[in-house]
This record gives sequence, structure tokens and C-alpha cells, in this order.
Amino acid sequence: MVTVTPTDVAPTAAPPNARRRPGGRPVLRLLILVAIVAVVLYPLFWMIGTSVKSQEEIVNNLGLLPERFTPGNYTAGWSNFDVSFGRFFLNSAMVSLLTVVGNGLSCLLAAYAFARLRFRLRGMWFAVMIGTLLLPQHVLIVPQYILFRTLGLVGGDWPYLPLLIPQFLATEAFFVFLMVQFMRGVPRELDEAARIDGAGPYGIFRHIILPLSRPALVTTAIFSFIWTWNDFFRQLVFLSQLEDYTVPVALTLFIDSTSQSAVGPMFAMSVLSLLPVFLFFVAFQRMLVEGINTSGIKG
Amino acid sequence: MPKFPAGNFGTDPTRGEELFVALTTAPDPTRRGPGSVRAHTERRGPGRFRHSEGLAGYVFLSPWLIGLMGVTAVPMLLSLYLSFTNYDILTPFSEVQWVGLANYERMFTADPSYWHAVRVTLTFALIAVPLKLAAALGVALLLNRAWRGVGVFRGLFYLPSLLGGSVALAIVWVNMFNRDGAFNSLLSLFGIQGKPWVNDPDWALETLMVLAIWQFGAPMVIFLAGLKQVPTELYEAASVDGAGRFRQFRNVTLPMLSPVIFFNLVLETINGFQGFTAAFVLSNGTGGPVDSTLMYTLNLYITGFTELDMGYASAMAWVFLLAIAVITAIFFSTGRFWVHYSDGEDR
Repeated sequence: MVTVTPTDVAPTAAPPNARRRPGGRPVLRLLILVAIVAVVLYPLFWMIGTSVKSQEEIVNNLGLLPERFTPGNYTAGWSNFDVSFGRFFLNSAMVSLLTVVGNGLSCLLAAYAFARLRFRLRGMWFAVMIGTLLLPQHVLIVPQYILFRTLGLVGGDWPYLPLLIPQFLATEAFFVFLMVQFMRGVPRELDEAARIDGAGPYGIFRHIILPLSRPALVTTAIFSFIWTWNDFFRQLVFLSQLEDYTVPVALTLFIDSTSQSAVGPMFAMSVLSLLPVFLFFVAFQRMLVEGINTSGIKG
Repeated sequence: MPKFPAGNFGTDPTRGEELFVALTTAPDPTRRGPGSVRAHTERRGPGRFRHSEGLAGYVFLSPWLIGLMGVTAVPMLLSLYLSFTNYDILTPFSEVQWVGLANYERMFTADPSYWHAVRVTLTFALIAVPLKLAAALGVALLLNRAWRGVGVFRGLFYLPSLLGGSVALAIVWVNMFNRDGAFNSLLSLFGIQGKPWVNDPDWALETLMVLAIWQFGAPMVIFLAGLKQVPTELYEAASVDGAGRFRQFRNVTLPMLSPVIFFNLVLETINGFQGFTAAFVLSNGTGGPVDSTLMYTLNLYITGFTELDMGYASAMAWVFLLAIAVITAIFFSTGRFWVHYSDGEDR
């Protein structure tokens, strides 16, 4: 069992290398970590490898790499259904990007009210907002479906409204929370200075809070995008026409067509569908993994 | 993974860390910080600004308020009402029949598949969550050391938490544990004859557990943050007292980390109860093989949207909500016996 030594939890003052003490078995530790990384990443490499294997190799070649590179799975998967995957990707991108806009706007407004303005019942509303954080979506899906259907929005001319309306109404309490917390770090002296210059609540929002909240907005945007891109449950419930499908819903069509020949194309489209999330991960790795985390704890 | 516009962070594994940060570092904003400028302006009494601020508060809050009412509160009440009816989406509202407690009676006394789903869900959570947290803590301890390259490892371990909830990864997972999948190739290296695990009622749920454990990166990041907060002096003191590594872990790390362990436990348990996507993909939406992956939420989905038995599904939803509330309450009431909050820490 590897346990923590005093050197492990050294304070941030010393440079990293100064803290390493002989006897900490860094080599062994590194070997263990590399082994775990190999196990953790194996499914991803296997997925990519399988996506360029021929059907025969998928069954017979147990190795990670294909003997014969078969990119044809990608073209086959792209046009496997009556509607091309290009359409599904466009649909997913549209839903995800509009969700980013909706969450950013509406959560920022609500967060400003909670963090900076004084009004009646603010404490109560804030408690309610925290309460909704833990509410499972499955509890609300049936009545929401009924309501949106009654309003004629399910399977309507533009079937994405049931997915997007809640996002423009700051129902993602998690982001409201994140922004409230962030705004608390913005010095109130700035508000006061603007106030002396004659700015009201709207002016302070426009000239102080909005520009200074950019980091929180970027965080919200990234996570909004990734979560919506990966979301399946709501899109499954609310989208019923093939041409309206988003990528996750379309991917499940591969499972319906039980023929073994679809495995390669199915993997190819799975790889493509994970690509945007992966690119976000590469681009914002620091931010995703530690940025939010440590900034919050230090703050 | 499915996520919820009405503020649920539940099924998304990546959501935990930010929430942890939010919950542990953001006190009620209605409380004023000491020495804030606010305190100064407050003393001027109800001036014009305060009046306009009250109005502005509601202006800025209005989208959220509308959302709260329209997307959360009204649907919840509607759901409560529907749980006492035999509503299916096909009959108009005017012909909905009030059936009293019949749905609840059926759930508790006459629906074996409901209890089966409860069992599946509890089994999943009871096994997958502790293992996932153990993996997260173990790797966090390995990583809890500032050296070059630690960021790379942390990033790589975190990646599954970003990808793991997707349909694409569930598809990969199911195939990996299928007859010709990677897992059986691995077994064959040791001369073990594998089987299509995902088609075996005794093993299908286990493959989903492994998928959940694979996403240990999100709680790991939270553990890492917690480990950084443990004061070095405690280890020094323990070391002076002659405590070895294991004793230090047992008597310093674990107690000091218990608030973070508690937080991860609550969060991951609630997450675990809501697993849907992978079970849906594995069973093509049926909960099979032989109902072995019939998670609670999948059962609810099938009842509401396949069988269109929306009254009954609403009753299930409410019991689910209450169950989660009760379990969370149990966590919190038992937490005070083992969660250690040090006085000096500003948590």
C-alpha cells in the first residue's frame, strides 16, 4: 500500500524537485502509474484500432492495430442510414452551441442577482436554487415531456425547443452556482466606484461584472458544450424523426441493426462523435482538470 | 451522459469536482463579508439605489424564476398529480382517471420487475461506487506529489470521466466485453476461454460496473484537492511519534480526508443510482439480458415512454426522488460519526 509521506503533501513554496526525498521510490511509483494509464487508455486505443479494421479482422485479429488499414468504415458509417451522419453532427453542434449561449446568458443574469443585488426573498430563492442542484432529471422527464407536448413543441417544426428552452431559463443551477461563487471574488470596490460614477445595477452588470466574469463564462461554455454533446437521455426522449436526430441518438441505431457487419462503421462513428470532446480536452486540459478545482479551493 | 436542465449535476461524473468546490468554498452570498463596501453603503439606509436594486434583482432573476416555475416546479406538481392517475399520453387530459394510490400499491405489492430494478440499481451502486472511490483514492495517493509529469497523468486519468458517459463509449464498452472483444483477447493470452459477458445475465451488470469504475478520474481530482489541504505538520508530528506510513495513512490522511470522502460518496452514490446510458446501450433499451441491467431509470423510461404508462412512471419518479432524499439524509446523519471537520479549516 502506498501511503503519503510528509514530502508528498509539501506546501507550495518549494520548487517541485526540491521536495523529492531519496527513498520515495519514484521509479516504482512511476511504473505503477504507467501500468494504470495503459489499462485506462486501452479501451480508447482499442476503439480507434477497431474503427480501421475490416470486418474479418475485427473478429480474428486480436491485436490493437489492424494488419490492413481500413478507413472505409468511416465512409460506410457516415452514410449508413438514410440520413447522413453529417446531418446528425450538425444537429448535435447546433443543440450544443445554442445550449452554450443559453446557459451563459441566463445563468450569468441569475448569478449577478444572487451575488450582488439585494432584494426580497433572496435568501429563500438561493436556497431553492441549491435544492434544485440535486434533483435527478429522471424525476422530471415525464411531466416535462407532457407539458412540451401539450404546447405542441415535441416533434414540432423545430423539435429542439424542448431541449433548449430550459437552457435559456437558467435551469442549470450548477452553472448559476459556479458563477455566483466566481462573482464573489470580484472586488466590491469596483461596484462602488462605478456606483459613485453614477452607474445603477444595470450599468454595474454591463461594465464591471460582465467583462470580469469571462473566466466563469468560458468554464460554463466548455462544460455546457461537452455535457450537451454527450447527453443522451433528453435527446432520446424528445427527438423522434430520423433527420432531427443528434449523434448519440443516431449511434443507437447501429445497435438496432444487429448485423455484425456494422461493427466497423459503428466504431468509426463512435470515434468521430468523441472527437469534439477530445479536442476540448486537449485544448483546455489544464482548465478542465485543475483550473476550476484549485481556483475554487484557493479562492 | 444525460444531464438535466433543471439543475441536476447527477449523472455527469465530471460535475462533481466543481460542485465540491462550490459547496465547500461558496458560502451563502446573502451573507456579507467583513469589511465589504456593501456594509458601508448599507448604512445609508433605503436610498434610491436600494429601491432600484430590489427591482433590478427580480429583473435579473426573472429567467431563472420562469424556469424554476415552468420547467421544475409545475412539472413536479403535475408529476405528483399524475402519479395518482392512470394517465397515458394518448388519452386527453379531460378523461384522465384518478386511481388513488393504485400506482403505488402496484409498485410495492404487485410489480416484481419494479423490485428487480431496485435490486439491480442497489447492487450496481453498492459495488461500483466503493470500488470507484477506492480506485480514485489509490491513484490520488500515487499522484499526490509534486513532480514533473503529474499533470499529464492527472489529465489522462480524468479523460474517461469526460468521455465515459457518452453513447459512443457505451458502444465501445459493450463490444469490448462481447465475444470478440478486447477483454476476451486478453483472457486468451492466459489461456482462458472467454464468453460474451454482456449477453450473460450473471455478468452484464458487472461490465457496466467496470465502466463506472473506469471513470474514477473525477472523484480522483477531488481527492487530490483534498490531499493538498492536509497540513504537513500533522505528518511530521505523526512521524516524530513513530508512526509508519500505514499508521500515518490510517490516523492522519483518512481522518483529514473524511469530508472529501464523504462528499465523493454522496455524489457518486446519487450518480450511481441514475445510470442510464450504458444500460440502455447494452440492452438496446430493454434492460436485458433477462432484466439483468434494468436500472431504475431505465425501468422508468420503459414504463413511461415505451409502455406509455405515464401515471405509473410518475409514481416511480416520486419514489425515486424520495429514496434519494432519504439516502442522502442517512448519509448526512451517519456522517457526523466518521466525518472529521478540523476546526482550523475554513470549510
